[in-house]
Amino acid sequence: MFGAGLLKGLAETARNFVGSYHDPARLPTVEYPERRLELPENARVFPFLVYDGADPERGLRCVACKICEKECPPQCIYIVLERDERGKPQKHPRVFDLDISVCMSCQICVEVCPFDAIRMDTAFEWSTPDRFGGLLLHKTDLAKPNRYYHQIHPTEAAETDARLAAEQAKAEAKAKAQAKPKAAPPQPAATPAAATP
Amino acid sequence: MAQTLDQLLDLVQQRLVALWPAPWQPWVAAFLGAAAIVATFGGLFALTTWLERKGLARIQNRLGPNRVGPYGLLQPIADGLKMLTKEDIVPRAADQWIHFLAPILKVVPVLLAYSVIPFGRHLVALDLEAGLLFFFAVGSATEIAVFMAGWGSRNKYSLLGAMRAIAQLISYEVPLVLSAVSVVLVAGTLSLPAIVDSQAGHGWAGLANWHVFTPWGLAGFVLFMIAATAKTNRSPFDLPEGESEIIAGHMVEYSGFKYALFYLGEYLSLFAISGVGITLFLGGWRAPVAWLDWVPSYLWFGAKLLGCIAVFIWLRGTMPRLRADQLMNFAWKFMLPMSLVTLVAAAMWHATATWTFPGAGLWRWVLGAALLLLPYRALSRSLTQRGRLGPRRYRFAD
Ligand code: SF4
Ligand code: SF4
Repeated sequence: MFGAGLLKGLAETARNFVGSYHDPARLPTVEYPERRLELPENARVFPFLVYDGADPERGLRCVACKICEKECPPQCIYIVLERDERGKPQKHPRVFDLDISVCMSCQICVEVCPFDAIRMDTAFEWSTPDRFGGLLLHKTDLAKPNRYYHQIHPTEAAETDARLAAEQAKAEAKAKAQAKPKAAPPQPAATPAAATP
Repeated sequence: MAQTLDQLLDLVQQRLVALWPAPWQPWVAAFLGAAAIVATFGGLFALTTWLERKGLARIQNRLGPNRVGPYGLLQPIADGLKMLTKEDIVPRAADQWIHFLAPILKVVPVLLAYSVIPFGRHLVALDLEAGLLFFFAVGSATEIAVFMAGWGSRNKYSLLGAMRAIAQLISYEVPLVLSAVSVVLVAGTLSLPAIVDSQAGHGWAGLANWHVFTPWGLAGFVLFMIAATAKTNRSPFDLPEGESEIIAGHMVEYSGFKYALFYLGEYLSLFAISGVGITLFLGGWRAPVAWLDWVPSYLWFGAKLLGCIAVFIWLRGTMPRLRADQLMNFAWKFMLPMSLVTLVAAAMWHATATWTFPGAGLWRWVLGAALLLLPYRALSRSLTQRGRLGPRRYRFAD
């Protein structure tokens, strides 16, 4: 009959109205500044620089190889290599600037970095009254401890740490293996010498 | 005690008027009445915008405004400030005077219409013999305001909106007035306080003798409310505004305070027409059951008005907008015949009022209900079968 559909619709909206007072499924709003949603583990916003140890300056993993600067599609990374007073490169960035008003969060810099020095951050509250200076992050803003990396991306950080540790162990083993042959030659040399008489 | 509470507003007014010299007293009384109406319904307008935003939000599973003040209650003030501080732009091509007068003409007649509505016992600004007629006559003046706005703006969307508005308002005026006429037929008067008096007393099981508790009254009330929704441009009959099609119709070229006046006029006419609906069908300021008579009459009126507003908000949150042809079909092919049928049912009710044999009440009910339901059934069947209402079937060239 005429009008039955209207009543059905009215019943549905009434259910929504009443339900919104007691049924959380009918009121999914999370009031943001006071309460916030848990970010998923692989949330990503802008990159940051990882440092080991306690000193954000000396502990930076970045060696200023500039691969990320070259690969970054919108060209928002700017790196100046540190040199000592004689002009010798120091494997350390003097300037590491990232313009997050340009960055498109593509994570390419992270993919290409051979030293696991740059990673994606989850901080997103970057609003600022100054759209030029306020959105240009410097080395000091970007450097964050490995501990923080473990906090925001635990799985990824553990995997990176394990890989780094394995690489270091391999390098040490290799170094030892290389050191052994160097230490070994005197032995064979000694044997002939012993055999000569 | 209850008596004094009931007449509180009257007493206050008499005290205030007595402060003035005798020749001024009628003027002061009139001014006080007007000021009270403007203040009350202006405040109700603010409250309703908040209620509407909250209610719609809840219907859509949102929270609604909750940042300005406790529960967002100061939101109307923020909205008002925003409206008042906006620039008032008059298009260069517009007809300056008509463009300027339209928003004023939208509000003033509605305020006039309030003067005949009885808000409580003895609480009516102007007890006219033909109050209902005055109400409809004055209420129709807002249609001119809408057309002035649309024509004076010299904008195609404005004009389209105004055309739609005129077509809609005039079409729905007919069932609106016809369903009111059935009450006039039974009550035998055009004066609104007298119509309230005609619903005095209590009938079966202590229930009030309101017109809505009769078969024709229920049908008339539903028809009246539907026509009132259309008359006040509210969803699902908000075609003249049609934000998604013609932006805001006749209000496209208005900004700032004038735009706010249009909204004020729309809401005020919503309250006024709900007030008349309450007076005609819901017993005006009367209590629904005898033992609640001690509650002051104006509180009953206010409660019923808030109930009506809630229903309007609920409808707005539920119904999608009609198409222009559906709107017209609905008005002329459904509303008009049904309101005529209601009129006949009311006439039957009136004619059988003298029946005294046992079971007469039941017989009147059955007869009245049959008189309404059979035509309704037939009408809905013929309309839906011939596809005049309901989804439109498109034919494409293949
Ligand atoms: S995330 Fe992409 S755009 Fe942003 S700095 Fe890295 S490479 Fe550049
Ligand atoms: S972040 Fe990685 S890729 Fe970029 S300069 Fe530093 S070490 Fe090289």
